[in-house]
Amino acid sequence: MSGALEADLPEPGNNVGNDTSPPRSSLVGAVKSSHPHEDLVLRAEKIKKSFGALVVLRGVDIRLRRGEVLGLVGDNGSGKSTLMKILCGFQRQDDGEVFVNEKHVDFHSVQDARNEGIEAVYQDLALVPQLTVYQNLFLNRELTRFGKIGWLKNTSMRRLSEQYLAAIGVKVASVDALVGSLSGGQRQAIALARATRQDAEILLLDEPLAAMGAKESALVINLVKDLSQNHGVSMIIIDHNYTHLFELCDRLNILQEGYITYDQEISDTSIGDLNELMISEYRRRVTIGQSELKA
Amino acid sequence: MRQVVGVISQRAEVTIFIVCVVLIVYFSVRNANFYSYTNIVTMVQYMAPIAVIGAGEVLLLDLAEIDLSSGQVFLTAPWFVILINQHGVPIGWCVALSLLVCIGIGAFNGALVVTLKVPSFVATLGVNYVLAGYVLVASDDVQTNMIGTTGHFGAVAGIANWSEGFWAIGIVILIWALLKGTRFGLHTTATGDNELGAAEAGVKVRSVKVRCFIIIAFISGLIGIFDAIRIGSLDPAAPGLNEMLSAVTACVIGGTALTGGKATVLGTLIGAIVLGVLEDGFNIVGISANWFILVEGAVILLAMGVNVQLGRASTRTLA
Repeated sequence: MSGALEADLPEPGNNVGNDTSPPRSSLVGAVKSSHPHEDLVLRAEKIKKSFGALVVLRGVDIRLRRGEVLGLVGDNGSGKSTLMKILCGFQRQDDGEVFVNEKHVDFHSVQDARNEGIEAVYQDLALVPQLTVYQNLFLNRELTRFGKIGWLKNTSMRRLSEQYLAAIGVKVASVDALVGSLSGGQRQAIALARATRQDAEILLLDEPLAAMGAKESALVINLVKDLSQNHGVSMIIIDHNYTHLFELCDRLNILQEGYITYDQEISDTSIGDLNELMISEYRRRVTIGQSELKA
Repeated sequence: MRQVVGVISQRAEVTIFIVCVVLIVYFSVRNANFYSYTNIVTMVQYMAPIAVIGAGEVLLLDLAEIDLSSGQVFLTAPWFVILINQHGVPIGWCVALSLLVCIGIGAFNGALVVTLKVPSFVATLGVNYVLAGYVLVASDDVQTNMIGTTGHFGAVAGIANWSEGFWAIGIVILIWALLKGTRFGLHTTATGDNELGAAEAGVKVRSVKVRCFIIIAFISGLIGIFDAIRIGSLDPAAPGLNEMLSAVTACVIGGTALTGGKATVLGTLIGAIVLGVLEDGFNIVGISANWFILVEGAVILLAMGVNVQLGRASTRTLA
């Protein structure tokens, strides 16, 4: 496996400034092009995004197959979260195109993406501590009566929340409990439950296991596996923990300097390979940094 | 005991309710006139604007924002009625147009906050002074009599003993229902407690904020017109900040957090009653009015101290 990987590694190169070509990094060459017969549920091409002078995404190509769990790895600040926010409609890309089930889509809001079956669970969970479990589950998708008045149907929302949480195996003391009183694992499970409650086809998870203990992680890992294997949900998961990624994912992408620079099936790589790649990449960056300092 | 602390800490209104009952019993024992019909009417008329503006402030405090111009809108709305009436417009239309201007002021406040990102404290403070200055300029700093103080309109709007109290109760119930029973209220709390999270969930946080600024301006203007009709005259030099500070005091001692996401309209109503009882109680038992401000400050400190400690006790109970 390691040998196959090394064969993919060209000479390290530099990629700074506004160069729009993919980086000549240690990882280039590992990216595979889309197979014409792949059943893609989500595809993004040449996604670019800048914040003022800071160029975050320079031309990201990413694809997600139906029922697949795709892991997304990259350094802090590499643009993983930005890419997620673009794919779920929270931010708009400067350039590039997104396709859902091979249909071209143009998201102007989270609701637009939601209408296409895309839900996201953000790093900050997007939960409201002062609201109850059921209020969080239904946030912005509340059941209401009296038209524009929007009078909440609390009893129905409580009942449906209890049913749904039971169906996906999430246990909380009460759906009337404030989310702020729950443990980290329970909150993450609630965030996942909210994302999947509306029969989401594509789930985008930004560090779903961050700062979580083993017991709490197990709760979320089991839930993710269940959603993928038994409910057919396709997912992109950002995580820095390779053990988690190798347990959950079918395929791995590395986002680096604004491009996807590595794309491998989990079965074709290993944690050791990935560590080796990231370490060589780190050394390359240190070398570049030292050269720039000398200059 | 642990359970009692738990219940009290979960319901922010309980503390101020106990304080309210104690004060009412104390003043009633000290002077029987305290619970006379006339005195209760006087108290209700004093409390009504505080409760209404306070209910509006609850929405904004729930958003972790504040409207410092609400008291000045309360005082300026009747001036709009007078100024529009000078062009021969009937009283009903004067009130409607005046309220429309109040809605515009609220929208302006909201736009300053969500579009220009001016902190609400600064934006509404500026609008407060603009309105105060406008009234002084437009009136030539001369007091005038309010219009619409006679007939059925006057009676319904404020002249009848209980009319202002009924309006206040109605508005407070509406705001309570809005906050606790509707999608809009849920989105308000969500925005105040975790604005980014609410936005990521798809809540239109900017729209929520602007609407809350509009609501407080509208109800402040409405109760301001009714209050002016009851009093019958307008003083251009009256400071709106006093009314606003009383309303915010009612919110704070009622259990609403300034940090957003935790708001209670019921607590604000009880807070307004406490302020009314204190003000009137001091008068009726013959204590100098100067003491009122001192005691008001002490009550704020005491209520906040108790609420903070109960909040910590609640956290420990949950942990």
